[in-house]
Amino acid sequence: MTHEPIDAGPPHAATVVARTQESPSIFTLRLRLDDPAAQAAYRFAPGQFNMLYLYGVGEVPISIMSDPEDRDGIGHTIRAVGRVTQGLAALEAGDRVGLRGPFGRGWPLQEVGGCDVVLVTGGLGCAPVVSVIHYVLRRRERFGKLVIVQGVKHAEDLIWREQYDRWAKLPDTQVLVAASQGGALWPWHVGRVTDLFELAQFNPARAVAMMCGPEGMMRAAADSLLARGLPAPHLYLSMERNMQCAVGRCGHCQFGGAFVCRDGPVFGWDEVKGLLAHRGY
Amino acid sequence: MPIPTEDARFLPADQLTSLVAGLMAIGYRCIGPAVEQGAIVMRPLDTPALPRGLQAEQQPGSYRVGRDPHDRYFAWANGPQAIKPLTFAPQEAMWRVERNAAGTLQFAAVLPPAERLAVIGVRACDLAALALQDAHFLREGRRDTHYARRREQLFLVAVQCAVPAATCFCASTGDGPTPTSGFDLALAELADGFVATAGSDAGRAVLATLGLAPATSQQCEAARQQGVAAASAQTRRMPGGLRETLMSRLEHPRWDDVAARCLACGNCTAVCPTCFCHAEADAPALDGRSSEHARNWDSCFGESHGHLHGTNVRPDIRTRYRQWLTHKLATWHDQFGRSGCVGCGRCIAWCPVGIDLTEEVAALTGGSDQRAPESGKGAA
Ligand SMILES: Cc1cc2nc3c(=O)[nH]c(=O)nc-3n(C[C@H](O)[C@H](O)[C@H](O)COP(=O)(O)OP(=O)(O)OC[C@H]3O[C@@H](n4cnc5c(N)ncnc54)[C@H](O)[C@@H]3O)c2cc1C
Ligand code: SF4
Ligand code: SF4
Ligand code: FES
Repeated sequence: MTHEPIDAGPPHAATVVARTQESPSIFTLRLRLDDPAAQAAYRFAPGQFNMLYLYGVGEVPISIMSDPEDRDGIGHTIRAVGRVTQGLAALEAGDRVGLRGPFGRGWPLQEVGGCDVVLVTGGLGCAPVVSVIHYVLRRRERFGKLVIVQGVKHAEDLIWREQYDRWAKLPDTQVLVAASQGGALWPWHVGRVTDLFELAQFNPARAVAMMCGPEGMMRAAADSLLARGLPAPHLYLSMERNMQCAVGRCGHCQFGGAFVCRDGPVFGWDEVKGLLAHRGY
Repeated sequence: MPIPTEDARFLPADQLTSLVAGLMAIGYRCIGPAVEQGAIVMRPLDTPALPRGLQAEQQPGSYRVGRDPHDRYFAWANGPQAIKPLTFAPQEAMWRVERNAAGTLQFAAVLPPAERLAVIGVRACDLAALALQDAHFLREGRRDTHYARRREQLFLVAVQCAVPAATCFCASTGDGPTPTSGFDLALAELADGFVATAGSDAGRAVLATLGLAPATSQQCEAARQQGVAAASAQTRRMPGGLRETLMSRLEHPRWDDVAARCLACGNCTAVCPTCFCHAEADAPALDGRSSEHARNWDSCFGESHGHLHGTNVRPDIRTRYRQWLTHKLATWHDQFGRSGCVGCGRCIAWCPVGIDLTEEVAALTGGSDQRAPESGKGAA
């Protein structure tokens, strides 16, 4: 049985089965759909997202960060920033939310077997990219080198810090982290993400790069990667726009002619580079 | 294509009421023109008799109800709204959720009543706009249930525009002034009655019950000529091929110029028959046991349209006006294979400061927003 995405219609009820605090403002919810058949049938691709509904408040788009082969639950790592996400932060195991999804186009992971994988993220350790790290590590033999390039503003913003330390020790895996403002015992680079590309070891001709984070950072990273010889068709990014319907209807996520919720959030660089240069799209 | 001659019937002026009464008799609630708050609006009709002699003068930033010296039924160009609010409701509940004492959530769709509506006096531009709304809301694989329920029940009586407003430019977009498709019945008003054609089985059935004589070839020709004359009477125009031109002028100084005049009030998007943006919002009940999730028309001119936590994608009027114009005239092509403007001119008339998109386009592209007098394009 193929699982139809839950449409614009009512969400499905889901229960918080576990909650983890990752940093002062970031937490992970593990959810399970209350309808066991819907949970069993739920499939997604890394890079896709769900609309999470907080009772009486509203819905927000949140990437799915669990492994697609983990059929028993759905993982979301969320930063508490506003109305809905702060409410979600207050939930505990046993509490209920609504869930619609999965929506959008995920990362092209099926097509990039054998390639070196370069992951570039800015901001707070983007969930869409973390899902790719997990995906690659669980299927290590299918991919070449794994290079994780992460930029954060403050040293304290790096969540999953132990995980980064652990990843750095794995064979064929390089972890490069930069904070624009370092901190006590900060073992990584202090400066811009793009400084790190000098240190990254991968074969540009047979690498694929996936980026997510602030658009200015992604543009700078794209310039560096392309200058190093990465073919533009091997460069992907995940976009963020205001989203209310997630099914290409409400119009809020439009980026030029694209509906980010439906045609993205993952795009090939060539699809978006023209408009990314103009503030206001 | 003008009104097809073969199947056309002639509806004498005094039998228009029979047509409306016939629609009412078979269970349609009929919507037709009425003057309300200084504008011609579409309202439910209490009786089958339609008002005569309505007219309105439209100019940038101005709309004045007047009188047609010939006392015709349809000598008015479109008012602020026509079909859009009937299919894509300005405000409607989508679903509701109940929470019981144990905290369990029960979600259920809230569907609108499926009411049979007949709209009398629909213009060609609005039919073209409806086709675009259909393409958006009834997209293959993602039909919008609320829209679909209303849309399926619509019976559309179109009329040819004999007297376009000064703000109209449907001839240049290829969408009017003569309706060519998308209607159940189409009327062209002549001095003593209407040339009537059916565009659907439902329309043919209704027409058949009226027992009308075929329209003569002279009557059909008069209707055709009237369409050609109405097209030539339009003074504004929108050039084609704007997708590349506009997208290559995203940093043109004219965007700053128009931003200094635009109030970002959102009137243009509210009256535009093709705009589809809507915001979703929750309204929890006071007893805390349930909440309703609704959608409301929204505008890319609003503060919240481009809201991302901590930043705004379009923080100023320049980027918002540019979003509106480039979506409507350029990126609409990527989404729907044509421009999102059907030439109805509403956004020109209802703009409080009289911003005219044909003029903005001319300034941005260095072209002209005036129709060359001899390039009279006939009824599309
Ligand atoms: C495809 C996608 C995936 C995302 N994945 C994650 C994730 O895995 N973890 C995470 O913490 N955040 C993620 N975000 C961002 C997250 O959606 C916003 O932080 C969230 O919507 C803020 O809502 P709020 O009500 O708390 O904030 P408020 O500022 O109160 O926002 C009010 C409303 O505006 C809209 N909105 C505000 N910010 C955003 C935004 N950045 N993106 C889209 N809509 C927004 C929402 O409808 C929100 O309810 C993602 C965004 C997108 C588009
Ligand atoms: S953009 Fe203006 S003229 Fe064009 S369809 Fe919309 S309201 Fe009518
Ligand atoms: S983005 Fe603006 S112009 Fe486009 S449909 Fe929405 S409100 Fe209309
Ligand atoms: S979120 Fe509504 S159109 Fe994309």
